[in-house]
Amino acid sequence: MGWRLTLRPYLLIVPALLLTCGILYPFGLGLYYTLFDFSASKPQPDMVRFENYRAVFTQEAFWNSAWVTVLYAVGAALTETVLGVAVALLLYRSSLLGRVLEKILILPLMIAPVIAAIIWKLMLQPSVGVVNHLLKPFGLGGVQWTDTPTGALLSSIAVDVWVYTPFVAILALAGLRSLPTSPFEAAAVDGAGWWYTFRRLTLPMLWPYVLVAVIFRFMDSLKVFDIIYALTEGGPGDSTVVLQIRAYLEAIRFQRYSFGISYTIVLWAVVYLAAMVLVKHLGKIQRKAAEVTT
Amino acid sequence: MKKRLVGWLCDAALVLYFVFALFPIAWMVILSLKPADQLFSTYFSFSPTLDGYRTVLGDSEGIPFVRFFVNSLVVSVGAVVLSLVVGLPAAYASARWRFKGSENLMFTLLSFRFAPELTVIIPLFVLYQKLGLFDTYVGMVWVLQLVTLPLIVWIMRSYFADLTPELEQAALLDGYTRKQAFFRVALPLVKPGIAAVSLLAFIFAWNNFVFPLILTSNEAQTVTVGALSFLGGDRPKYNLTAAAALISVVPPLLLALTIQRYLVRGLSFGAVKS
Repeated sequence: MGWRLTLRPYLLIVPALLLTCGILYPFGLGLYYTLFDFSASKPQPDMVRFENYRAVFTQEAFWNSAWVTVLYAVGAALTETVLGVAVALLLYRSSLLGRVLEKILILPLMIAPVIAAIIWKLMLQPSVGVVNHLLKPFGLGGVQWTDTPTGALLSSIAVDVWVYTPFVAILALAGLRSLPTSPFEAAAVDGAGWWYTFRRLTLPMLWPYVLVAVIFRFMDSLKVFDIIYALTEGGPGDSTVVLQIRAYLEAIRFQRYSFGISYTIVLWAVVYLAAMVLVKHLGKIQRKAAEVTT
Repeated sequence: MKKRLVGWLCDAALVLYFVFALFPIAWMVILSLKPADQLFSTYFSFSPTLDGYRTVLGDSEGIPFVRFFVNSLVVSVGAVVLSLVVGLPAAYASARWRFKGSENLMFTLLSFRFAPELTVIIPLFVLYQKLGLFDTYVGMVWVLQLVTLPLIVWIMRSYFADLTPELEQAALLDGYTRKQAFFRVALPLVKPGIAAVSLLAFIFAWNNFVFPLILTSNEAQTVTVGALSFLGGDRPKYNLTAAAALISVVPPLLLALTIQRYLVRGLSFGAVKS
């Protein structure tokens, strides 16, 4: 009986693990490939050890991509957090209007990001897009949205914000609904102002929920691919070549397989480290929030 | 008086956000209904036509969109079913037993949620070419596990953890076997969760873009990649692109509305319950 009890969970988990190994195997294979100079022009590759990684880190294009990726991820995650929390607070406040609008909040979130990017691409066309058409009365008819480096980066962040702000808002709204009411009643009795209540009560208690959203959004934005691919393809020039796009160009378009994989391995390592730091932080924040609540 | 004004301003801000959120969808509807010759002319006045939809659904541009749609259905359902079969026992085991390495195993599964897709795609691309899995349903279902399995395991784990173990223990005392206790007691109780998470996993699989982009070319291509092909060519066909985009978002939108109640838990992988 004893051994059966301890063995059972493993048996139940084995099928999922096997399937997972089906994915881990190519991952390991990719890691192995990066030690060779495997490319379309060299089907019989030589072992080059860590040469690919050295090449990645000494390539200016890598540092450019890393910088663009960080700008994109920080810009998108930050905007979505602020906007999402604001939308959640407004929805929570406004009972009748809020209840109606809440139902449709998820719509952009359920549209595939690549489709969202296509939609925005059509709307942002400089001469025939609807955005410039609507801006014309304000004397801003000819903005080259995705054709200037800054414009392209801001436009892709805007698409990300359009798709994912509801995600932050939904989590924040769930958080708001789960907050205990007594601290707020006490604050109201003490005559505390709106700002004081928000800063000292709402925000600290809401923070664990917001942080979950921030972690998800930041990690996801670091590995953005579909939005950029459909909206700008990394251009103009190198202005929106995030790391996954660079890896795609190297590995698939230029068929330098192992060099391209090296890029994604570096990105994977960064995302992993970021995840560890953030998850650790999340635990700390959740404990702190529990103290405020009690 | 001042309070009332603030209230109005707040509502106005809220409405403004929703205009931003909904206008692109409304605009796609308008664009998809425009006749081809009025695409670039006057903006809000036009004679609506379903020609765009007819062209997209009728293969007339050489893009078999209906087949892409069916492909999306097949591979998304396939990935969800396979993930349920292997994911439910794993979720149950990790919720019911603390065993050596359980947390690490779970974290590994979760980490796939954040792994850059291209890390595995490129080796898979090479591997699939060799194995003949490139551009096949099996190949796509296999790789979409990366999207659906972690979701199903993590969310179902939180559902199983919410059931008190006493229920199954009572069943065991009544002479049920472990297996019967799982199938007749635990599983029925989390059925709403299973339904919700299946639909959400389906949406995620349906919306995926990178995997079909690189691992399919024609036979198993899905709508997310297919919709992009209407943008190609010398003269982009805006009405067709809009129609294709709208057709491709119908299934996820409908499913999302039906499982709205469960979305918070699903989207946050059970980290936030509601």
